[in-house]
Amino acid sequence: MAVVTHSPDAMSERAPTGLESLDVRKLGMWAFLGSECVFFGSLLSMYFVNRPLMFSPALEAAHLTPKTILNIPFTGALAFILLCSSLTMVLALNAMQQSRRRAGSFWLLATAFLGMLFLGGQAIEFMEIAHEGITLQNSVFGQSFLLLTGFHGTHVFVGIIWLISCIPRALRGGFHAGNYIGPEICGLYWHFVDVVWVVIFTIIYLI
Amino acid sequence: MRVPRLRPRAARAALILGVLSLLASACAAPPLVTGNPQSTLDPQGPNAQLIHDLLVPYIFIPAVLVFLVVEGILIYAVFKYRGKQGDALPVQFHGNTPLEITWTIIPAIILIVILFFTFRTQAALATPPESPNAVNVRVIGHQWWWEFQYPDLGVSTANELHIPTGVPILVSLESADVIHSFWVPLIAGKQDAIPGRVNRMWMQANEAGTYSAQCAEFCGVQHALMRFLVVAESQSAFNTWAQNERGVPFAGAGSAQPTAVAGSQQSLVQQGAQLFQAGACITCHTVRGTPANGVVGPELTHFGSRKSIAANTFPKDEQGNNLKRWLRNPQAVKPGNLMPNLNLSEQDINAIAAYLESLR
Amino acid sequence: MVATSPLAPAAPAAPVVLPAPVIHEDAHAIEQRWYGWEWLATVDHKKIGIMYLLTGFAFFLLGGFEALLLRTQLIRPLNTFLQPDIFNQMFTMHATTMIFLAIMPINVGLGNYIVPLMVGAADMAYPRLNAFSYWLFLFGGIFLNLSFISGGAPNTGWFGYAPLTEPGLGGNSGVDYWNLGLQLLGVASIAGAVNFIVTILKLRAPGLTFNRLPLFGWMTLITSFLVIFSFPSITVALILLMFDRQFGTHFYLPSGGGDPLLWQHLFWFFGHPEVYILILPAMGIVSEVLPVFSRKPIFGYSFIAYSGVAIGFLSFTVWAHHMFATGLGDFANGAFATGSFLIGVPTGVKIFNWIGTMWGGSLRFKTAMLFAVGFIAMFIIGGISGVSLASPPVDFQQTDTYYVVAHIHYVLFGGAIMGIFSGMYYWWPKMFGRFLDEGLGRVHFWLTMVGFNLAFFPMHWLGTEGMPRRIYTYFPDMGWNFWNMASSVGAYILGISVMVLVGNMIYSYSRPRDEMADNPWDAATLEWATTSPPPAHNFDAVPVVYSRYPLWEDRHPVEGGQPAVIATAAPHTSIDERSHPADTQVAVGEGETNAHLATDATDHGEHDAGHAFHLPAPTIFPMILAFGLLLIAFALLFSPPILKVTFLITGVIYFVVAIYGWVKQISE
Repeated sequence: MAVVTHSPDAMSERAPTGLESLDVRKLGMWAFLGSECVFFGSLLSMYFVNRPLMFSPALEAAHLTPKTILNIPFTGALAFILLCSSLTMVLALNAMQQSRRRAGSFWLLATAFLGMLFLGGQAIEFMEIAHEGITLQNSVFGQSFLLLTGFHGTHVFVGIIWLISCIPRALRGGFHAGNYIGPEICGLYWHFVDVVWVVIFTIIYLI
Repeated sequence: MRVPRLRPRAARAALILGVLSLLASACAAPPLVTGNPQSTLDPQGPNAQLIHDLLVPYIFIPAVLVFLVVEGILIYAVFKYRGKQGDALPVQFHGNTPLEITWTIIPAIILIVILFFTFRTQAALATPPESPNAVNVRVIGHQWWWEFQYPDLGVSTANELHIPTGVPILVSLESADVIHSFWVPLIAGKQDAIPGRVNRMWMQANEAGTYSAQCAEFCGVQHALMRFLVVAESQSAFNTWAQNERGVPFAGAGSAQPTAVAGSQQSLVQQGAQLFQAGACITCHTVRGTPANGVVGPELTHFGSRKSIAANTFPKDEQGNNLKRWLRNPQAVKPGNLMPNLNLSEQDINAIAAYLESLR
Repeated sequence: MVATSPLAPAAPAAPVVLPAPVIHEDAHAIEQRWYGWEWLATVDHKKIGIMYLLTGFAFFLLGGFEALLLRTQLIRPLNTFLQPDIFNQMFTMHATTMIFLAIMPINVGLGNYIVPLMVGAADMAYPRLNAFSYWLFLFGGIFLNLSFISGGAPNTGWFGYAPLTEPGLGGNSGVDYWNLGLQLLGVASIAGAVNFIVTILKLRAPGLTFNRLPLFGWMTLITSFLVIFSFPSITVALILLMFDRQFGTHFYLPSGGGDPLLWQHLFWFFGHPEVYILILPAMGIVSEVLPVFSRKPIFGYSFIAYSGVAIGFLSFTVWAHHMFATGLGDFANGAFATGSFLIGVPTGVKIFNWIGTMWGGSLRFKTAMLFAVGFIAMFIIGGISGVSLASPPVDFQQTDTYYVVAHIHYVLFGGAIMGIFSGMYYWWPKMFGRFLDEGLGRVHFWLTMVGFNLAFFPMHWLGTEGMPRRIYTYFPDMGWNFWNMASSVGAYILGISVMVLVGNMIYSYSRPRDEMADNPWDAATLEWATTSPPPAHNFDAVPVVYSRYPLWEDRHPVEGGQPAVIATAAPHTSIDERSHPADTQVAVGEGETNAHLATDATDHGEHDAGHAFHLPAPTIFPMILAFGLLLIAFALLFSPPILKVTFLITGVIYFVVAIYGWVKQISE
């Protein structure tokens, strides 16, 4: 006769760490990231469609186009910071795979910290744009830019919370060679958010 | 609970009868002219004709054939392969690749052919017939009435679009508020009037007549009653109409006001004119030659010469009762439209109605 | 006494190695109860499936009622049954309810219940996320309908074109309920889709390769991909609208540099895949029902599967055929017309393959089969009317008229709903251990066919004769009077037919439950290899699969002469934390053999005298999380700052508590 036992965590037990095939939870994250691709793709399309209106003759004359308002060196530095955070994420995961819990925790913290630097920089940029008199309500550039980068920033924020929430367990040694799936999935998400930023940066600042 | 089963033979007979009658009606259908005022099967102009000529022979007829064949095979299978308790297991075939490829390719070919004819019609619709007498009309959709301007002729009117027969009308479509759609089914396919952009189409009426038309994009509470009329007339009649539209009523008398008949009391028309111009009317409506220059509602300069009221919500009747009904309470007739109930007295209603009808 | 299977072969053709019907005490012990904590905290896909079905069906009745109101108003010209604005609210809610609150949830409900069984799994991949999806759907549906008592339901149509939905142009406060409600539902749908994808890709039983996956599984998988890639588009569209309405932006307002067509593009990029999301599961159902009641395999399994994939891809390339009359230009129109015609090919292929399944079979016309055949018959018509709409010039006359309404209903009612009815009659014994009455079912079917065709076939004609859609009334001299009345009569008949179904459901459920056979229909797929209804853990032993029709291997000798299906392999067990997962959760990649897994089983041995299966414990946190999102939606809905802040803070608290509790459960 079969007996049903209720185990609170079927998932991590179901997540074999040695199988070649893609882990169940990782696949879920990939599927979710697929939807996020379309989410950001739609926002980017909106930005792209609105772009010609940001460069009208009147705006050019008033020096209120993205090219003049946006501070490319500054935001380039922010992009670099975010890219570095992906590196620290890789280092964190690497450390945890080798069961080096202090190194793992440290690199997780570093990733979160770099993420916070990025968000701080974004906030500064938003304030500078507001100084130019550009708001959500009065500017095509304002509304498009703020929504696109704002939602990206929200995703970074969620990632930072997630990273920080992993740290206590990492410190306790909860992530190790036999089980690092949690930070691995967090890493997937974090790298994705980074890639999205690369695309956004290219479309808004470089093209 | 047992429901008696239909006997196979009776069912088959009913089916065959049904199919035959369907076939008969299908054969009778095109071209099926019902005389309904907005029928798309009764093209009265080259634009609508092109569409009709694509639909009927190249889409509708193949559709009917496909329908009969496929449904027929389905129904045949239903009857022929009816099983009974105790039947042997049927042959367990899994498929037939050559057959499946065939029935993938054949529909693809049919569809490609229809697509070809579609492109051909698209190309034909793209350019209006050449004509030196083409008339430019600028259509602006409002909630819930139509503004028509003729930029080359200096005419501005509402809800009734006059066009000369036999010449292409080059229509540009705009909207003052939400998306509307300009649709005169007997003459042309529809195009949307979208705020912030200008869409273009052309149409042409072969014969004189009054064509019923309607907004075809949901545009708010009174979308259903945002209709209009297209009056096609001979070139000379059109020219006369345009000339009249350009002018103002009573202009010949030296003022845009109805003149008093010496010695008589103020006429009903004059009373109406005074009420109109003193009242709220002028904030929303324009009557050229008078202080009334509002743009919220339709222009009324030549309202008297139009055939319908409130975007063809109803036609004018001999006794003028429809107009009075409107004036009495527009909200009762077209709830939610932008003209409020002005709570006019019967006397005022009669006067204003008389004034409006005098604006020819 | 075991309920006799009406389709059992008179005598087995060859010795059958199928196990005897297995009735476990567990199955009775886990008798579905309708009250109590168990339903609020369940993470069992079967219970969640039933909740989806019940709730979805309730919304179906609501949407149907709204439709009857519409048809009553339109039964004669210049009718005054409904005020214009109420009519507009009704058609908006009818469509929104039917699409998002009825058809999609019922599809998900059937998928939830059946797909894990069909692939031999013990549950969905993420049972807690599954529960979350359901609760968020329920709350979203309630949220949307709250608009009725608070300022009016949305009145801007189910596709809410801008700028009508912008402030001051006619859209009422209901638009905000619509906006936020759909965003909630979108999150629920995406979560559900992720669940299905991972379940189908990862949790298939050993031997269940893609080539052997039942077509309902295929269609559910494709549908889930469509959800993932289409819903974010409407989410963004709605977010931009929310900003326009609440924060003063001008994404869709030309006065501020916006573009109404941006809304349409974003909406229809979602909207077109959405209609395939609605129909593909029904196509999957029909692909399951037809073989069983024709007593032969599906004709052209591969073509049907691949045409589903083709439809999935192509559905993203045709969205602007909803925008032919917006002035995109001939090139764009031509391109989208091409795609739209193209997508007709895989659709047609399916129809021929279904007929091929029936051809040469031994057809048993149980109600499930009646509806499956009815589906094919009606969908043919719906597909054909789609062809004329795909041609831009013809579309210029037909779009925005009742012709489109006819097309929509032939594919969505004649197609999706009838497919759903077929699935209900088919899987009812599996889910509830009872049959739906066949006599009542026959009445239901014929009333449906008569009522449906009478209601909707004349609409082709009405549209052709110039009747636009979404008009609350019409004039007596337009020539539309008779067929509008006929259509309304048809709608009433349809309403009666649904009442017959409801009666059937109640009647069926009220009867005492005989012991239902595992496989009363003599079907072929894995869900029929366990009890009716299944025990909480679905399968006592892990099914091992050697063919597409595991339960028909007596009549389809499998190469190598392998015995039929059900598990002789010892199930995988352990309560040891570091152990290998249960077999049911291990996907078998192509080429991986059964032998490997059998070895695994012995490697780890049995920890238990019995066979223990790991399923997540019931938990209330998914519901709390969904509720938190609902509160946040209220925060975005209300304008007074005090309300906004209150709801936001409460919502965030629920949210955080739920996440914390949920994660804590995972890491324990």
